[in-house]
Amino acid sequence: MTTLREHSVRVNGESVRVWEKGAGRTVGVLAGLLGAPRWTPFLESLAQRHHVVVPSLPGHAGGGDFRKLDDIADWVSATLDLLDAADLEGADLVGFGPGAMLAAECAAFSHPVAGKLVLCAPFGLFDASEPVTDFWARRPNQRAATFSAQPAEFARDVLAPPAGADELEHQIAQTRALEAAARLLWPNCDRGLAKRLHRVRNDTLLVWGERDAIVPASYAKKFAAGITGNARVHVIPGAGHVLDHDAPTELAAAIEEFVGE
Amino acid sequence: MKLLWFHLMPYTDLPDDFREKHSSVWVDVDPTLFDPAKANGMYNDFLDELEFAAEVGFDAVCVNEHHSNGYGLMPSPNLIAATLARRTRDAAICVMGNSLALYNPPTRVAEEFAMLDVISGGRLIAGFPVGTPMDTCYAYGINPSQLRERYHEAHDLVVRAWAAEQAFTFHGRYNQLRYVNPWPKPVQRPHPPIWIPGGASIETWDWCGERDYVYSYLSYFGYKQGIATMRGFWDAMKRLGKEPNPFHAAFLQFVGVAETREEALELYAEPALYFYERCLHVDSRWSAPPGYASEASLRARMKSQVALAAERASEGAAKKSRTTFEDIVRRGYVIIGSPDEVAEQLREVAVDLNVGQLMLLMQYGNMTKDLAFHNTELFAKKVAPQLRGLFENEWENRWWPRPLPLAARATARELRSAQAPRREPKASETSPGGARA
Repeated sequence: MTTLREHSVRVNGESVRVWEKGAGRTVGVLAGLLGAPRWTPFLESLAQRHHVVVPSLPGHAGGGDFRKLDDIADWVSATLDLLDAADLEGADLVGFGPGAMLAAECAAFSHPVAGKLVLCAPFGLFDASEPVTDFWARRPNQRAATFSAQPAEFARDVLAPPAGADELEHQIAQTRALEAAARLLWPNCDRGLAKRLHRVRNDTLLVWGERDAIVPASYAKKFAAGITGNARVHVIPGAGHVLDHDAPTELAAAIEEFVGE
Repeated sequence: MKLLWFHLMPYTDLPDDFREKHSSVWVDVDPTLFDPAKANGMYNDFLDELEFAAEVGFDAVCVNEHHSNGYGLMPSPNLIAATLARRTRDAAICVMGNSLALYNPPTRVAEEFAMLDVISGGRLIAGFPVGTPMDTCYAYGINPSQLRERYHEAHDLVVRAWAAEQAFTFHGRYNQLRYVNPWPKPVQRPHPPIWIPGGASIETWDWCGERDYVYSYLSYFGYKQGIATMRGFWDAMKRLGKEPNPFHAAFLQFVGVAETREEALELYAEPALYFYERCLHVDSRWSAPPGYASEASLRARMKSQVALAAERASEGAAKKSRTTFEDIVRRGYVIIGSPDEVAEQLREVAVDLNVGQLMLLMQYGNMTKDLAFHNTELFAKKVAPQLRGLFENEWENRWWPRPLPLAARATARELRSAQAPRREPKASETSPGGARA
């Protein structure tokens, strides 16, 4: 599959967008705070050697209704439904931020649901001595620098609407993705994963941006210590929270190496 | 026309360099600025002012709820309303209100409002605000994506609890209660008049129309900025087939009365500037947690923001210096003047916005008690009589409390014999003064 294929799957009565590209071992990707509004250089890079499948999470562009989800059981159930529908059960999973947290939660509830896990700056733990940043409470002009270590590029490539897109609808979609994250994470980004993390028996790669301004890079060790499977940490120098934007090639290479082992 | 005297209870001693040295008056307002000994004076002055407003004949006294807020010292308006229930006899008590989603379980609101209604003999106006993002999502940690659902569910629970004639089980999405049976029940059956404070949320218009609740637009930016919102409300009422009864709407306006316009400009400049410069110094990072505004409201706002930005740009080009009191008056944030001038302007506001329930902020910023009394008394004596009859003959006010008859109503001991005319304020209480030191 050398071209990007977009199709819909039925998830619990809703139609949900799935992107697929590439050949080789299947890797599912669960997007981060802003969803997956467009096919990115990172996804393209990963699709060079893998069959990449990107199902849209609730609230993300192409995703289902997130406002019917209240507690973590609802979110895990919705994510399991989504993985089923996208034919990803048992596949290796790469997740970002809230998507990484949901991958870890799903594995904690039932570890055979995924193969290997790549968790990129996951949410889910909270340490009061170095708290996760309240990234919602940022002035609009602070958002780019909170998310990315390359704020000018991030503002241009991700926050701004793509050429020809409706600016208002782009902003609405971005706000909706952030609301979905709020629905899952408000206010401290912790839904009790610490109590379940030991149930994650999957081999796990934890990837963090050294300059993550949202979830401190020191959280990598906390996750690694809690997971029962083999857990390894890979810190990318100079990158911020949005690893797929800030270090697309290095991230894709780290994932290839880990899932290829 | 009903005239309601509204208090925000601002902390009156924020430093002169508050804007420069501090990021926000709200949420993370610097706790070291709060001096309890000074606040002891403030609370007691504020209560004096509310009681005085009731004595000189305002139709209602109003209090509201804010959290972690340097211009609103009433995290629990019900405590203030409880003392007012005892210390006033005739005025309605408008709690504007309890942010329903913050009470767990929300039956607490049914209980406390019923207590206030019973103690006051049926004088309560029950306000149900959603609450600002600062109060609800940040200070109280409510999930912005759930806030409105929680609010509506709590509303349904409270209204049902007031009306119920037997205990019932409530099985909501956010609240599950096996036994709902609040004691006491309100004097006003099935419930006190319900007023909904609204901001820019367009769904609130329809909701007030469908439920027959008063829509109260509590803006700090006066009638000129309020016109678009109130037109939106009346358009919605027309669409819903509701009559344009002005008592269906309330509007908040800052007012400063003096013998002359020149004197008013002199007297009210400092407290108004204190309010607009220091009290409204709110960090914009608190203003828009995702989900707080519905997507429909967001769309409406983004479209209107284009016009607003253009307006601001032209204002900014005209004036780069700090806000002046003249700006505040010119924009209509504060209406000032002689009694006749204020009466004329307020009549225009009421007619233009079609508002029969006028809420008046007559203490603002660091205004002293003396000046607040002066403002209140002049208004009561010389402005109120010019406004009272407005709308009264044409429209029925179906949204006003229906208390027990005075003869059947228990009151505090010292008020029991107060059938005599209302107390005249002492001269010492009404001499105009400057701002609170």
